[in-house]
Amino acid sequence: MKVTVCIGSSCHLKGARQVVETLQYLISENGLKDKVELGGTFCMGRCQEGVCVTVDDAFFSVSPETVRDFFVKEILAKA
Amino acid sequence: MKKFDTKVQHLKYKVLREVAREAWADRLPESAVDIPMTIVPGKVPTMRCCVYKERAILAERVKIAMGGDKSNPNVIEVIEIACDECPVGGYEVTNACRGCLAHRCEDVCRFGAISFDQNHVAHIDKSKCKECGACSKVCPFTAIVGRKRPCQNACKVKAISMNEEKAATIDGSKCIACGACVYQCPFGAITDKSFILNVIDILKKSEGNQKYKTYAVVAPSISSQFTYAKLGQVITGLKELGFHTVIEAALGADMVAQAESRELAEKGFLTSSCCPAFVDYIHKNFPDLAPFVSHNLSPMAMISKYIKETTPGAKVVFIGPCTAKKAEVQKEDVKPYVDVAMTFEELQALFDSRDLDITTLPEGVLDNASYFGRIFARCGGLSDAVAEGLKEQGFTDFALKACACDGIEACRVALLKKSKNLLDANFIEGMACVGGCIGGAGCLTHEPRSRDDVDRYGKEALEKTIADAVSQLK
Repeated sequence: MKVTVCIGSSCHLKGARQVVETLQYLISENGLKDKVELGGTFCMGRCQEGVCVTVDDAFFSVSPETVRDFFVKEILAKA
Repeated sequence: MKKFDTKVQHLKYKVLREVAREAWADRLPESAVDIPMTIVPGKVPTMRCCVYKERAILAERVKIAMGGDKSNPNVIEVIEIACDECPVGGYEVTNACRGCLAHRCEDVCRFGAISFDQNHVAHIDKSKCKECGACSKVCPFTAIVGRKRPCQNACKVKAISMNEEKAATIDGSKCIACGACVYQCPFGAITDKSFILNVIDILKKSEGNQKYKTYAVVAPSISSQFTYAKLGQVITGLKELGFHTVIEAALGADMVAQAESRELAEKGFLTSSCCPAFVDYIHKNFPDLAPFVSHNLSPMAMISKYIKETTPGAKVVFIGPCTAKKAEVQKEDVKPYVDVAMTFEELQALFDSRDLDITTLPEGVLDNASYFGRIFARCGGLSDAVAEGLKEQGFTDFALKACACDGIEACRVALLKKSKNLLDANFIEGMACVGGCIGGAGCLTHEPRSRDDVDRYGKEALEKTIADAVSQLK
Protein backbone atom coordinates (compact mmCIF):
# COMPACT_ATOMS: atom_id res chain seq x y z
CA MET A 1 0.00 0.00 0.00
CA LYS A 2 1.40 3.38 -0.98
CA VAL A 3 0.35 6.41 1.06
CA THR A 4 1.40 9.78 -0.32
CA VAL A 5 1.01 13.05 1.56
CA CYS A 6 1.12 16.38 -0.24
CA ILE A 7 3.82 18.61 1.24
CA GLY A 8 3.33 21.52 -1.17
CA SER A 9 3.08 25.03 0.30
CA SER A 10 -0.70 25.09 0.68
CA CYS A 11 -0.94 21.70 2.40
CA HIS A 12 2.12 22.48 4.47
CA LEU A 13 0.37 25.55 5.86
CA LYS A 14 -2.64 23.38 6.71
CA GLY A 15 -0.53 20.98 8.73
CA ALA A 16 1.01 18.46 6.30
CA ARG A 17 4.01 18.02 8.58
CA GLN A 18 1.80 16.96 11.50
CA VAL A 19 -0.07 14.58 9.18
CA VAL A 20 3.21 13.00 7.99
CA GLU A 21 4.59 12.71 11.51
CA THR A 22 1.36 11.22 12.91
CA LEU A 23 1.09 8.70 10.08
CA GLN A 24 4.71 7.73 10.50
CA TYR A 25 4.17 7.15 14.20
CA LEU A 26 0.94 5.17 13.72
CA ILE A 27 2.40 3.03 10.93
CA SER A 28 5.34 2.17 13.13
CA GLU A 29 3.18 1.59 16.28
CA ASN A 30 0.92 -0.81 14.40
CA GLY A 31 3.80 -2.70 12.87
CA LEU A 32 2.83 -1.77 9.32
CA LYS A 33 6.24 -0.57 8.15
CA ASP A 34 6.60 -3.47 5.71
CA LYS A 35 3.10 -3.10 4.31
CA VAL A 36 2.73 0.65 4.01
CA GLU A 37 5.06 2.85 2.04
CA LEU A 38 4.75 6.47 3.19
CA GLY A 39 5.98 9.20 0.87
CA GLY A 40 5.67 12.88 0.04
CA THR A 41 4.97 14.85 -3.08
CA PHE A 42 4.72 18.54 -3.94
CA CYS A 43 1.19 19.59 -4.88
CA MET A 44 -1.59 17.33 -6.08
CA GLY A 45 -3.43 20.21 -7.69
CA ARG A 46 -6.36 20.12 -5.22
CA CYS A 47 -5.07 22.76 -2.81
CA GLN A 48 -8.57 23.73 -1.58
CA GLU A 49 -9.06 20.22 -0.19
CA GLY A 50 -5.72 19.93 1.63
CA VAL A 51 -4.08 18.31 3.36
CA CYS A 52 -4.23 16.05 0.31
CA VAL A 53 -3.45 12.38 0.83
CA THR A 54 -3.65 9.47 -1.58
CA VAL A 55 -3.85 5.79 -0.68
CA ASP A 56 -2.72 4.02 -3.81
CA ASP A 57 -4.89 5.96 -6.27
CA ALA A 58 -7.76 7.00 -3.97
CA PHE A 59 -7.85 10.64 -2.85
CA PHE A 60 -8.58 11.82 0.70
CA SER A 61 -8.78 15.18 2.39
CA VAL A 62 -7.13 14.94 5.80
CA SER A 63 -6.21 17.37 8.57
CA PRO A 64 -4.06 17.07 11.70
CA GLU A 65 -7.37 16.65 13.63
CA THR A 66 -8.77 13.86 11.43
CA VAL A 67 -5.57 11.98 10.64
CA ARG A 68 -6.06 9.33 13.33
CA ASP A 69 -9.58 8.45 12.12
CA PHE A 70 -8.29 8.42 8.57
CA PHE A 71 -5.51 6.02 9.55
CA VAL A 72 -7.91 3.61 11.25
CA LYS A 73 -10.44 3.62 8.40
CA GLU A 74 -8.30 3.78 5.31
CA ILE A 75 -4.95 2.30 6.27
CA LEU A 76 -5.26 0.00 9.29
CA ALA A 77 -8.51 -1.59 8.07
CA LYS A 78 -7.18 -2.23 4.59
CA ALA A 79 -3.51 -3.02 5.09
CA MET B 1 8.80 51.22 -8.57
CA LYS B 2 11.83 50.37 -10.67
CA LYS B 3 12.23 46.89 -12.04
CA PHE B 4 15.98 46.98 -12.75
CA ASP B 5 19.09 48.66 -11.36
CA THR B 6 20.57 49.64 -14.73
CA LYS B 7 19.66 50.36 -18.33
CA VAL B 8 22.01 47.59 -19.43
CA GLN B 9 19.84 45.09 -17.55
CA HIS B 10 16.77 46.61 -19.14
CA LEU B 11 18.21 46.19 -22.64
CA LYS B 12 19.18 42.60 -21.92
CA TYR B 13 15.67 42.01 -20.59
CA LYS B 14 14.05 43.41 -23.75
CA VAL B 15 16.03 40.96 -25.88
CA LEU B 16 15.11 38.02 -23.63
CA ARG B 17 11.46 39.07 -23.65
CA GLU B 18 11.29 39.29 -27.44
CA VAL B 19 13.12 35.99 -27.92
CA ALA B 20 10.69 34.35 -25.47
CA ARG B 21 7.70 35.89 -27.26
CA GLU B 22 8.86 34.41 -30.56
CA ALA B 23 9.52 31.04 -28.93
CA TRP B 24 6.02 30.82 -27.42
CA ALA B 25 4.61 31.59 -30.88
CA ASP B 26 6.79 28.90 -32.53
CA ARG B 27 8.38 31.45 -34.84
CA LEU B 28 12.01 30.75 -33.93
CA PRO B 29 14.65 30.41 -35.28
CA GLU B 30 13.38 32.12 -38.46
CA SER B 31 12.15 35.31 -36.79
CA ALA B 32 15.31 35.82 -34.70
CA VAL B 33 16.82 38.13 -37.31
CA ASP B 34 13.89 40.54 -36.98
CA ILE B 35 14.27 41.06 -33.22
CA PRO B 36 16.97 43.79 -33.36
CA MET B 37 14.65 45.86 -35.59
CA THR B 38 11.78 45.41 -33.11
CA ILE B 39 13.92 46.75 -30.28
CA VAL B 40 15.69 49.52 -32.21
CA PRO B 41 13.38 50.77 -34.96
CA GLY B 42 13.96 53.99 -36.91
CA LYS B 43 17.17 55.84 -37.66
CA VAL B 44 18.07 57.74 -34.51
CA PRO B 45 20.65 56.00 -32.34
CA THR B 46 20.17 56.11 -28.56
CA MET B 47 23.04 53.94 -27.36
CA ARG B 48 25.85 53.77 -29.93
CA CYS B 49 27.23 55.64 -32.92
CA CYS B 50 24.44 54.53 -35.27
CA VAL B 51 21.40 52.29 -35.33
CA TYR B 52 23.25 49.77 -37.49
CA LYS B 53 25.84 49.10 -34.81
CA GLU B 54 23.07 48.98 -32.22
CA ARG B 55 21.27 46.33 -34.23
CA ALA B 56 24.47 44.40 -34.93
CA ILE B 57 25.10 44.18 -31.18
CA LEU B 58 21.47 43.27 -30.55
CA ALA B 59 21.83 40.41 -33.04
CA GLU B 60 24.66 39.10 -30.82
CA ARG B 61 22.47 39.52 -27.74
CA VAL B 62 19.73 37.53 -29.45
CA LYS B 63 22.22 34.69 -30.08
CA ILE B 64 23.19 34.66 -26.38
CA ALA B 65 19.52 34.76 -25.36
CA MET B 66 19.13 31.64 -27.49
CA GLY B 67 21.92 29.74 -25.75
CA GLY B 68 25.04 31.47 -27.12
CA ASP B 69 28.22 30.01 -28.53
CA LYS B 70 28.01 26.25 -28.08
CA SER B 71 31.75 25.83 -28.69
CA ASN B 72 32.55 27.98 -25.64
CA PRO B 73 31.88 25.98 -22.45
CA ASN B 74 31.80 29.12 -20.26
CA VAL B 75 28.29 30.37 -19.43
CA ILE B 76 29.70 33.91 -19.38
CA GLU B 77 30.38 35.34 -22.81
CA VAL B 78 31.94 38.53 -24.19
CA ILE B 79 30.17 40.34 -27.02
CA GLU B 80 33.32 41.62 -28.71
CA ILE B 81 31.64 44.27 -30.86
CA ALA B 82 29.84 45.64 -27.81
CA CYS B 83 33.09 46.08 -25.87
CA ASP B 84 34.01 49.76 -25.96
CA GLU B 85 37.69 48.99 -25.42
CA CYS B 86 37.79 51.17 -22.33
CA PRO B 87 41.13 52.79 -21.46
CA VAL B 88 43.50 50.61 -19.50
CA GLY B 89 46.09 53.25 -18.59
CA GLY B 90 46.39 52.33 -14.92
CA TYR B 91 47.09 55.14 -12.46
CA GLU B 92 47.43 58.58 -14.04
CA VAL B 93 47.95 62.10 -12.73
CA THR B 94 45.20 64.39 -14.03
CA ASN B 95 45.33 68.15 -14.53
CA ALA B 96 43.76 68.52 -11.10
CA CYS B 97 47.32 68.19 -9.70
CA ARG B 98 48.11 71.58 -8.17
CA GLY B 99 51.81 71.04 -7.78
CA CYS B 100 51.59 71.27 -4.00
CA LEU B 101 54.42 71.17 -1.49
CA ALA B 102 53.34 68.20 0.61
CA HIS B 103 54.06 65.51 -2.03
CA ARG B 104 52.13 62.92 -0.08
CA CYS B 105 52.00 60.87 -3.27
CA GLU B 106 55.77 60.67 -3.42
CA ASP B 107 56.09 59.80 0.28
CA VAL B 108 53.52 57.02 0.14
CA CYS B 109 54.85 55.37 -3.02
CA ARG B 110 56.97 52.39 -2.01
CA PHE B 111 58.30 51.91 -5.52
CA GLY B 112 59.79 55.32 -6.25
CA ALA B 113 57.48 55.77 -9.22
CA ILE B 114 56.60 59.42 -8.62
CA SER B 115 58.66 62.37 -9.81
CA PHE B 116 57.93 66.09 -10.37
CA ASP B 117 58.47 68.42 -13.31
CA GLN B 118 59.63 72.07 -13.17
CA ASN B 119 56.04 73.13 -12.33
CA HIS B 120 56.03 70.72 -9.36
CA VAL B 121 53.38 68.60 -11.04
CA ALA B 122 53.54 64.88 -10.27
CA HIS B 123 54.27 62.21 -12.90
CA ILE B 124 54.08 58.45 -12.57
CA ASP B 125 56.81 56.27 -14.04
CA LYS B 126 54.81 53.38 -15.55
CA SER B 127 57.79 51.06 -15.48
CA LYS B 128 57.99 51.37 -11.69
CA CYS B 129 54.28 51.67 -10.79
CA LYS B 130 52.76 48.51 -9.29
CA GLU B 131 49.19 49.85 -9.45
CA CYS B 132 48.77 49.72 -5.67
CA GLY B 133 46.70 52.93 -5.69
CA ALA B 134 48.26 54.36 -2.53
CA CYS B 135 49.07 57.72 -4.21
CA SER B 136 45.50 58.06 -5.41
CA LYS B 137 44.19 57.61 -1.87
CA VAL B 138 46.43 60.24 -0.25
CA CYS B 139 46.16 63.06 -2.82
CA PRO B 140 44.19 65.91 -1.18
CA PHE B 141 42.93 67.01 -4.63
CA THR B 142 41.99 63.51 -5.79
CA ALA B 143 44.18 64.34 -8.77
CA ILE B 144 45.39 60.78 -9.31
CA VAL B 145 42.88 58.37 -10.85
CA GLY B 146 43.09 54.67 -11.56
CA ARG B 147 41.95 53.89 -15.08
CA LYS B 148 41.06 50.26 -14.89
CA ARG B 149 38.33 48.68 -16.94
CA PRO B 150 35.12 48.17 -14.97
CA CYS B 151 35.13 44.50 -15.99
CA GLN B 152 38.70 43.97 -14.77
CA ASN B 153 37.90 45.87 -11.63
CA ALA B 154 34.85 43.71 -11.01
CA CYS B 155 36.72 40.46 -11.66
CA LYS B 156 38.41 39.71 -8.38
CA VAL B 157 39.70 36.37 -9.65
CA LYS B 158 41.66 38.16 -12.41
CA ALA B 159 40.16 36.19 -15.28
CA ILE B 160 39.72 39.21 -17.57
CA SER B 161 42.40 40.65 -19.81
CA MET B 162 42.30 42.25 -23.25
CA ASN B 163 42.99 40.64 -26.58
CA GLU B 164 44.90 42.06 -29.61
CA GLU B 165 41.82 44.06 -30.59
CA LYS B 166 41.71 45.51 -27.06
CA ALA B 167 38.40 43.78 -26.40
CA ALA B 168 37.84 42.06 -23.07
CA THR B 169 38.56 38.36 -23.02
CA ILE B 170 37.82 35.83 -20.30
CA ASP B 171 40.23 33.12 -19.21
CA GLY B 172 37.99 30.10 -18.68
CA SER B 173 40.59 28.42 -16.47
CA LYS B 174 40.22 31.25 -13.95
CA CYS B 175 36.59 32.36 -14.40
CA ILE B 176 34.17 31.15 -11.74
CA ALA B 177 31.05 32.42 -13.58
CA CYS B 178 30.03 34.64 -10.65
CA GLY B 179 28.78 37.27 -13.11
CA ALA B 180 30.40 40.28 -11.39
CA CYS B 181 31.66 41.53 -14.78
CA VAL B 182 28.21 40.99 -16.32
CA TYR B 183 26.65 43.32 -13.79
CA GLN B 184 29.48 45.87 -13.83
CA CYS B 185 30.23 46.34 -17.56
CA PRO B 186 28.58 49.70 -18.38
CA PHE B 187 28.27 48.71 -22.05
CA GLY B 188 26.68 45.34 -21.40
CA ALA B 189 29.47 43.70 -23.37
CA ILE B 190 29.74 40.70 -21.06
CA THR B 191 26.68 38.65 -20.47
CA ASP B 192 25.45 35.31 -19.20
CA LYS B 193 24.12 32.80 -21.69
CA SER B 194 20.42 32.23 -21.42
CA PHE B 195 18.64 28.89 -21.52
CA ILE B 196 15.09 30.27 -21.44
CA LEU B 197 14.33 28.48 -24.70
CA ASN B 198 14.85 25.20 -22.84
CA VAL B 199 12.47 26.43 -20.12
CA ILE B 200 9.80 27.32 -22.68
CA ASP B 201 10.31 24.00 -24.44
CA ILE B 202 9.89 22.08 -21.16
CA LEU B 203 6.71 24.02 -20.32
CA LYS B 204 5.23 23.54 -23.78
CA LYS B 205 5.95 19.84 -24.07
CA SER B 206 4.44 19.14 -20.65
CA GLU B 207 1.08 20.03 -22.27
CA GLY B 208 -0.28 21.65 -19.15
CA ASN B 209 1.59 19.23 -16.86
CA GLN B 210 -0.24 16.27 -18.42
CA LYS B 211 2.80 14.60 -20.04
CA TYR B 212 5.01 15.27 -17.01
CA LYS B 213 5.06 17.76 -14.16
CA THR B 214 7.25 20.86 -14.23
CA TYR B 215 8.57 22.24 -10.94
CA ALA B 216 9.93 25.73 -10.32
CA VAL B 217 12.50 25.73 -7.53
CA VAL B 218 13.06 29.31 -6.38
CA ALA B 219 16.04 30.63 -4.43
CA PRO B 220 15.33 32.32 -1.08
CA SER B 221 16.77 35.60 -2.37
CA ILE B 222 13.47 35.97 -4.24
CA SER B 223 12.30 37.66 -1.05
CA SER B 224 14.38 40.71 -2.02
CA GLN B 225 13.19 40.68 -5.65
CA PHE B 226 10.09 41.70 -7.61
CA THR B 227 9.57 44.36 -4.96
CA TYR B 228 7.00 46.09 -7.15
CA ALA B 229 4.65 43.15 -6.50
CA LYS B 230 3.97 40.69 -3.70
CA LEU B 231 5.86 37.40 -3.44
CA GLY B 232 2.56 35.51 -3.61
CA GLN B 233 1.85 37.17 -6.95
CA VAL B 234 5.18 35.97 -8.31
CA ILE B 235 4.17 32.44 -7.28
CA THR B 236 0.84 32.74 -9.10
CA GLY B 237 2.69 34.18 -12.08
CA LEU B 238 4.94 31.10 -12.22
CA LYS B 239 1.88 28.85 -12.26
CA GLU B 240 0.33 31.02 -14.99
CA LEU B 241 3.50 30.44 -17.02
CA GLY B 242 2.73 26.74 -16.80
CA PHE B 243 4.62 25.39 -13.81
CA HIS B 244 2.81 22.66 -11.87
CA THR B 245 4.00 24.15 -8.60
CA VAL B 246 6.67 26.27 -6.94
CA ILE B 247 9.03 24.99 -4.24
CA GLU B 248 11.54 26.78 -2.06
CA ALA B 249 15.19 25.91 -2.64
CA ALA B 250 15.41 26.93 1.02
CA LEU B 251 13.97 23.53 1.94
CA GLY B 252 17.04 22.06 0.23
CA ALA B 253 19.03 24.49 2.36
CA ASP B 254 17.44 23.01 5.48
CA MET B 255 18.49 19.57 4.27
CA VAL B 256 22.02 20.88 3.62
CA ALA B 257 22.24 22.57 7.03
CA GLN B 258 21.29 19.32 8.75
CA ALA B 259 23.74 17.17 6.78
CA GLU B 260 26.53 19.74 6.72
CA SER B 261 26.55 20.29 10.49
CA ARG B 262 26.77 16.52 10.96
CA GLU B 263 29.65 16.28 8.46
CA LEU B 264 31.40 19.19 10.17
CA ALA B 265 31.16 17.59 13.61
CA GLU B 266 32.62 14.38 12.18
CA LYS B 267 35.46 15.91 10.17
CA GLY B 268 36.35 18.91 12.32
CA PHE B 269 36.84 21.30 9.39
CA LEU B 270 34.77 22.11 6.30
CA THR B 271 34.20 24.69 3.63
CA SER B 272 30.65 25.19 2.41
CA SER B 273 29.41 23.81 -0.91
CA CYS B 274 26.32 25.97 -1.53
CA CYS B 275 27.89 28.64 -3.71
CA PRO B 276 29.06 27.08 -6.99
CA ALA B 277 31.42 29.98 -7.76
CA PHE B 278 33.16 29.53 -4.39
CA VAL B 279 33.50 25.76 -4.91
CA ASP B 280 34.90 26.38 -8.41
CA TYR B 281 37.30 28.95 -6.96
CA ILE B 282 38.71 26.41 -4.51
CA HIS B 283 39.22 23.81 -7.24
CA LYS B 284 40.96 26.34 -9.50
CA ASN B 285 43.08 28.18 -6.94
CA PHE B 286 43.42 26.06 -3.81
CA PRO B 287 43.30 22.46 -5.06
CA ASP B 288 44.98 21.26 -1.86
CA LEU B 289 41.92 22.42 0.08
CA ALA B 290 39.44 20.64 -2.23
CA PRO B 291 39.13 17.63 0.13
CA PHE B 292 37.66 19.97 2.75
CA VAL B 293 34.76 21.06 0.54
CA SER B 294 31.52 19.74 2.05
CA HIS B 295 30.31 16.63 0.23
CA ASN B 296 26.72 17.83 0.26
CA LEU B 297 24.98 18.89 -2.90
CA SER B 298 23.90 22.53 -3.03
CA PRO B 299 20.41 23.40 -1.69
CA MET B 300 19.15 23.67 -5.28
CA ALA B 301 20.44 20.21 -6.20
CA MET B 302 19.37 18.69 -2.88
CA ILE B 303 15.68 19.62 -3.18
CA SER B 304 15.65 18.88 -6.91
CA LYS B 305 17.00 15.40 -6.22
CA TYR B 306 14.11 14.85 -3.80
CA ILE B 307 11.59 16.02 -6.40
CA LYS B 308 13.03 13.77 -9.11
CA GLU B 309 13.11 10.77 -6.77
CA THR B 310 9.53 11.19 -5.57
CA THR B 311 8.00 12.18 -8.91
CA PRO B 312 9.21 10.11 -11.84
CA GLY B 313 9.51 12.11 -15.06
CA ALA B 314 9.43 15.47 -13.27
CA LYS B 315 11.23 18.41 -14.85
CA VAL B 316 12.91 20.94 -12.58
CA VAL B 317 13.74 24.57 -13.39
CA PHE B 318 15.80 26.52 -10.87
CA ILE B 319 15.17 30.27 -10.64
CA GLY B 320 17.68 32.37 -8.73
CA PRO B 321 20.01 35.34 -8.59
CA CYS B 322 23.00 33.41 -9.86
CA THR B 323 24.88 33.05 -13.14
CA ALA B 324 27.21 30.39 -11.69
CA LYS B 325 24.19 28.11 -11.15
CA LYS B 326 24.01 27.87 -14.94
CA ALA B 327 27.45 26.27 -14.82
CA GLU B 328 26.59 24.13 -11.77
CA VAL B 329 23.66 22.44 -13.51
CA GLN B 330 26.06 21.24 -16.23
CA LYS B 331 28.16 19.33 -13.70
CA GLU B 332 27.84 15.54 -13.84
CA ASP B 333 26.68 15.19 -10.23
CA VAL B 334 23.96 17.87 -10.59
CA LYS B 335 22.82 17.33 -14.18
CA PRO B 336 20.43 14.47 -13.35
CA TYR B 337 18.45 16.64 -10.92
CA VAL B 338 18.09 20.11 -12.44
CA ASP B 339 17.02 20.56 -16.05
CA VAL B 340 17.63 24.29 -16.44
CA ALA B 341 18.85 27.19 -14.30
CA MET B 342 17.65 30.72 -14.95
CA THR B 343 17.83 34.13 -13.26
CA PHE B 344 15.27 36.53 -11.82
CA GLU B 345 16.06 38.83 -14.77
CA GLU B 346 15.03 36.06 -17.12
CA LEU B 347 11.89 35.33 -15.12
CA GLN B 348 10.83 38.97 -15.51
CA ALA B 349 11.33 38.58 -19.28
CA LEU B 350 9.25 35.38 -19.29
CA PHE B 351 6.38 37.06 -17.42
CA ASP B 352 6.33 39.95 -19.87
CA SER B 353 6.67 37.71 -22.92
CA ARG B 354 3.25 36.36 -21.89
CA ASP B 355 2.00 39.88 -21.03
CA LEU B 356 1.53 38.74 -17.45
CA ASP B 357 1.25 41.75 -15.15
CA ILE B 358 1.88 39.97 -11.88
CA THR B 359 0.60 42.93 -9.85
CA THR B 360 -2.92 42.06 -11.04
CA LEU B 361 -2.74 38.39 -9.98
CA PRO B 362 -4.08 36.86 -6.76
CA GLU B 363 -1.50 35.87 -4.19
CA GLY B 364 -0.38 32.26 -4.11
CA VAL B 365 1.44 30.70 -1.17
CA LEU B 366 5.04 29.60 -0.78
CA ASP B 367 5.99 27.88 2.44
CA ASN B 368 8.21 24.82 2.55
CA ALA B 369 11.34 25.77 4.47
CA SER B 370 12.35 26.94 7.93
CA TYR B 371 13.73 30.30 8.99
CA PHE B 372 17.24 28.85 8.75
CA GLY B 373 16.87 27.56 5.21
CA ARG B 374 15.55 30.92 4.12
CA ILE B 375 18.40 33.01 5.52
CA PHE B 376 20.95 31.15 3.34
CA ALA B 377 20.30 33.98 0.88
CA ARG B 378 22.41 36.45 2.80
CA CYS B 379 25.97 36.34 4.06
CA GLY B 380 26.19 34.71 7.50
CA GLY B 381 22.90 32.84 7.14
CA LEU B 382 24.55 29.53 6.32
CA SER B 383 26.80 29.79 9.39
CA ASP B 384 23.76 30.54 11.58
CA ALA B 385 22.00 27.51 10.10
CA VAL B 386 24.98 25.21 10.69
CA ALA B 387 25.15 26.40 14.32
CA GLU B 388 21.44 25.59 14.66
CA GLY B 389 21.94 22.19 12.97
CA LEU B 390 24.70 21.29 15.44
CA LYS B 391 22.48 22.33 18.36
CA GLU B 392 19.37 20.50 17.13
CA GLN B 393 21.29 17.28 16.54
CA GLY B 394 23.00 17.41 19.93
CA PHE B 395 26.57 17.97 18.77
CA THR B 396 27.12 20.12 21.84
CA ASP B 397 30.77 19.13 22.27
CA PHE B 398 31.68 20.66 18.96
CA ALA B 399 32.48 24.36 19.23
CA LEU B 400 31.68 26.02 15.93
CA LYS B 401 34.02 28.77 14.84
CA ALA B 402 32.58 30.01 11.59
CA CYS B 403 34.28 32.35 9.18
CA ALA B 404 31.55 33.87 7.01
CA CYS B 405 33.23 35.27 3.89
CA ASP B 406 31.37 38.13 2.25
CA GLY B 407 32.49 38.16 -1.39
CA ILE B 408 35.20 36.27 -3.27
CA GLU B 409 38.02 38.49 -1.97
CA ALA B 410 37.14 37.62 1.61
CA CYS B 411 36.97 33.97 0.52
CA ARG B 412 40.47 34.23 -0.94
CA VAL B 413 41.87 35.66 2.31
CA ALA B 414 40.29 32.90 4.42
CA LEU B 415 41.47 30.14 2.06
CA LEU B 416 44.97 31.58 1.97
CA LYS B 417 45.08 31.62 5.77
CA LYS B 418 43.79 28.05 5.90
CA SER B 419 46.41 26.88 3.41
CA LYS B 420 49.09 28.31 5.73
CA ASN B 421 47.39 26.93 8.85
CA LEU B 422 46.73 30.43 10.16
CA LEU B 423 42.93 30.39 10.08
CA ASP B 424 41.24 30.57 13.45
CA ALA B 425 38.02 28.90 12.33
CA ASN B 426 36.69 25.41 11.65
CA PHE B 427 34.05 26.31 9.08
CA ILE B 428 34.37 28.58 6.05
CA GLU B 429 31.13 29.89 4.64
CA GLY B 430 32.03 31.05 1.15
CA MET B 431 29.84 33.46 -0.78
CA ALA B 432 31.31 34.73 -4.04
CA CYS B 433 28.96 37.70 -4.23
CA VAL B 434 29.19 40.55 -1.74
CA GLY B 435 26.20 40.33 0.60
CA GLY B 436 25.60 36.69 -0.37
CA CYS B 437 23.07 35.56 -2.96
CA ILE B 438 21.15 38.84 -2.66
CA GLY B 439 24.20 40.40 -4.35
CA GLY B 440 23.99 37.98 -7.28
CA ALA B 441 24.42 39.19 -10.85
CA GLY B 442 21.06 37.76 -11.92
CA CYS B 443 19.08 39.85 -9.43
CA LEU B 444 16.72 42.47 -10.82
CA THR B 445 17.65 44.94 -8.11
CA HIS B 446 20.29 45.19 -5.39
CA GLU B 447 19.21 47.31 -2.45
CA PRO B 448 20.64 47.98 1.00
CA ARG B 449 17.36 46.67 2.46
CA SER B 450 17.65 43.31 0.66
CA ARG B 451 19.24 41.74 3.74
CA ASP B 452 16.31 42.86 5.90
CA ASP B 453 13.90 41.50 3.29
CA VAL B 454 15.54 38.08 3.60
CA ASP B 455 15.41 38.13 7.40
CA ARG B 456 11.77 39.19 7.42
CA TYR B 457 10.88 36.44 4.97
CA GLY B 458 12.82 33.98 7.16
CA LYS B 459 10.76 34.93 10.20
CA GLU B 460 7.52 34.40 8.29
CA ALA B 461 8.27 30.69 7.80
CA LEU B 462 5.81 28.33 9.45
CA GLU B 463 8.58 26.00 10.57
CA LYS B 464 10.94 27.40 13.16
CA THR B 465 13.54 24.64 13.25
CA ILE B 466 15.56 22.81 10.60
CA ALA B 467 14.46 19.44 11.99
CA ASP B 468 10.77 20.33 11.64
CA ALA B 469 11.17 21.50 8.05
CA VAL B 470 13.09 18.37 7.09
CA SER B 471 10.82 15.95 8.97
CA GLN B 472 8.03 16.31 6.37
CA LEU B 473 10.31 14.74 3.75
CA LYS B 474 9.80 11.17 4.85
